[in-house]
Amino acid sequence: MVHISAYRILACSIAAALCLGLVGCSKEKQRLVVYTAAEADQLPAYEASFKKAHPEIDLVWVRDSTGVVTAKLLAEKKAPQADVVFALAATSLIQLDDKKMLAAYPPRGAAGRDPRFNDSRTPPHWSGEALWSTAICVNTVEIAKRHVPVPQTWDDLIKPIYRGMIAMPDPGSSGTGLLTVSAWLQMWGEAKGWAYMDRLHQNIAQYVHSGSKPCKDAARGEIPIGIAFDFRAAKTKSEGAPIDIVIPKEGVGWDIESSAIIAGTTHRAAAEAFLDWAMSPEAMGVYAKSFAVIAVRKLAAPVPNLPTDLSSRLANVDLQWLARNRTRIIAEWTKRYAATKAATP
Amino acid sequence: MIARLNILPTTVIALLFCLLAAIALAFPVGVLFLHSVLTPDGSLTIAHYAAYAATPGLLRALSNTAILGSGVVLVVLPLAFIFAYGLERTVLPGKGMLAAAASLPLLVPSLLPALVLIYLFGRQGLFAPFLGGRTVYGLPGVLLADVIAALPHAVIILRTALRAADARLYEQATLLGASGWRKFFTITLPGARHGLVSAALVVFAITITDIGAPKVIGDNFDVLAIVIYKQVLGQQNFELGAVAAILLMIPSLLAIVIERAAAKRHAAVMSAKTRPLRPQPSPMRDRLAGIVCYGTAAAIVLMLVVCQLVALVRLWPYDLSLTWTNYALDRYDGGGWAAVGNSALLASMTAICGTGFAFAGAYVSERCKAGAFFRGLFSRLALLPAAVPGLALGLAYVLFFDDPANPLRGLYGTVAILLIANVTHYYTVAHLSAVGAVKAIDSELEAAAQMLGRNGLSVLLRVVVPMSAPVLLEIALYLFVNAMTTVSVVMFLYPPGFKLASIAVLAMDDAGDLAAAAAMGMMIFYVNLAVRLAGQWFFAHGHRVVGNRAPTFLVEAVS
Repeated sequence: MVHISAYRILACSIAAALCLGLVGCSKEKQRLVVYTAAEADQLPAYEASFKKAHPEIDLVWVRDSTGVVTAKLLAEKKAPQADVVFALAATSLIQLDDKKMLAAYPPRGAAGRDPRFNDSRTPPHWSGEALWSTAICVNTVEIAKRHVPVPQTWDDLIKPIYRGMIAMPDPGSSGTGLLTVSAWLQMWGEAKGWAYMDRLHQNIAQYVHSGSKPCKDAARGEIPIGIAFDFRAAKTKSEGAPIDIVIPKEGVGWDIESSAIIAGTTHRAAAEAFLDWAMSPEAMGVYAKSFAVIAVRKLAAPVPNLPTDLSSRLANVDLQWLARNRTRIIAEWTKRYAATKAATP
Repeated sequence: MIARLNILPTTVIALLFCLLAAIALAFPVGVLFLHSVLTPDGSLTIAHYAAYAATPGLLRALSNTAILGSGVVLVVLPLAFIFAYGLERTVLPGKGMLAAAASLPLLVPSLLPALVLIYLFGRQGLFAPFLGGRTVYGLPGVLLADVIAALPHAVIILRTALRAADARLYEQATLLGASGWRKFFTITLPGARHGLVSAALVVFAITITDIGAPKVIGDNFDVLAIVIYKQVLGQQNFELGAVAAILLMIPSLLAIVIERAAAKRHAAVMSAKTRPLRPQPSPMRDRLAGIVCYGTAAAIVLMLVVCQLVALVRLWPYDLSLTWTNYALDRYDGGGWAAVGNSALLASMTAICGTGFAFAGAYVSERCKAGAFFRGLFSRLALLPAAVPGLALGLAYVLFFDDPANPLRGLYGTVAILLIANVTHYYTVAHLSAVGAVKAIDSELEAAAQMLGRNGLSVLLRVVVPMSAPVLLEIALYLFVNAMTTVSVVMFLYPPGFKLASIAVLAMDDAGDLAAAAAMGMMIFYVNLAVRLAGQWFFAHGHRVVGNRAPTFLVEAVS
């Protein structure tokens, strides 16, 4: 029976590993569930900064694209799973707030905040930390191969020479996609905005899930031109990708990454501590490394590869308008472009 | 009539198993169906189906799914047949290596072949210059990726079909002067007919329920699985998601019914007089089969090598220097290295619990004497999971377990629900294998042990379990590998604190981090390979005492 014991050893070792695993999972600490649309490569720095202030609280991140996180929060309205929301588009938070899902709380944070980053009510239901905006990643190698110039304006992008060369995020899932579409609609009016998108559609090779993917695809040359956002563009270029970052001169869309406490959370104290940290000078210091425009102007610092005058290049957009029209715009966009695109040539 | 006391426990156990099957499968799927036909206030409606039909993109997804499924079957079937033929009916050298290579795709999520295809045939792919500006996105990419993912399943089934051959038939045909081709068309092909039907159905079901390949490389080629994903995760529209899930379930259910019916009509080819066929050398045939077999095996190995390489390259295609940067998995979406550990833990738990359940279920339905009604019911319920696609099961669990009225709601959002979902989803194959194992044990052995004064439980533990050990191990390996690679079953269910490696690959791809996705995909492969090899080692060393039962039950059960 010596050989059967081989199975016995196997069974015992698996059982032991299982027990260890279960014990490892069951350590109990204060757990705060944070829904966020922040980028995955930003989270470690945020978590480290928060841990320094509150080692007693464990953060459980639920991260996805803006549209997915928003839809998830709305769907869980009756039984919220999140304690706080962090770095989600202000337009999404306004929409959640309209459904009475946010708890009012004035965070104790850094002084000297830019009023654009605040909910106008006192106490505020949400507070913004950083502004992100559209940026186009253009792969210089691929553009040169195709003998076309680097596009500089939104109008350039609809020229037939760029047919099949552009990737853009789906506004249904991506906050970047939505704010980009919103800027076109608000700068030029709805009729002109949709007409522009109809023509742009002719040049689109792919609509993708996230605002990061177009830039990362452009970095690999998978697509020559990716409509993405500032932080991703700057970081991708810093990592050595052969891309030019284009901020179209007509103006670019933007939104505010914001935080809020979910009404009815059972971890109210920890949630307040989180919001205090999110608006603190220390956290602002972390945002300043990624974003050129943050809630407290005097704590901002230049971001490598981003223009220093970024805040003057932003389109004149109304976040309240976008929040109120978000569902309609996404539905219209989906009807026009999501299901009808012919197969890629 | 006076009820005998010893009848009671087995009846109760059989009833218990039926109850578990109801909770884990029948109720959730029922709730899924109800969600597709009920309004929020509870009255019957076809509005959701009408809404589905009214959306042009969704109708196209339906036809796309059918096109994709048939396309993959048309490619895989001949390829897998030649491959299986090469292994069973020719004298190719290195058959062991070929068989191993053909089974490698089982160890990776279907996302991985799709990723590799982007690196090979994408706009910047290795072979892009030869494509004349065409790309692999859309139907061609999804088709190719699913061909790779489905191939091993078809090969396993067709090998079993081709193995059962009677040498006497071929000898007589030769005596009558039949040519090689004639023998092939009149003996070989008809003999494998059942295997071919079975393989076609399995491949079709696997393909249409796959989410990985269409997600990564489908571009705008939406299929039903993508519709479910988008409706549920992107729009949180559970009703439309439920409609798509039900639509996806119909062909799977039909496939099972056809498969079962075909299996019943399929008479045994092997009898006591059968002499197994020994392939004789035939240069032409062997060379042709060899080209296909070695070519396919090389393509599969190449796929994994390319995947590992791109995971190590700094910036494809501009900076090809090697780096470990992409292995800093924590910098990317999906939960990082912890997700690898979580997946391995979940896979181990699935393997252990699933094997235990399958064996107990098989033992109860095969060997217990009382409770015939419940035993019969359970044997039928055990076949159902194969007909429920992973995405449908996952969505059904969300709708069933997250209902405030459900007393089991506490399970929702825990690791336990992942475990239940995995065990349930892969139960059919595990159960059928276990039934094979239990049946193979002579019941007189148990009778003898009982006469020697052992009670039932003791006989079970000391005779039946050790004798079935190789099959149990094979079931455990099957469950482990599948739980490690599945995306669809766990996609809607994993709790925020317990992220999984297969889901991470998907999330990384969504974020555009293809190299990291490749790195994570290869981690899944290595974990699976290590476990598989360890299992192989145990087969080799556990064999001698427990008898020469090579782990073929699984193969037979799948077919």
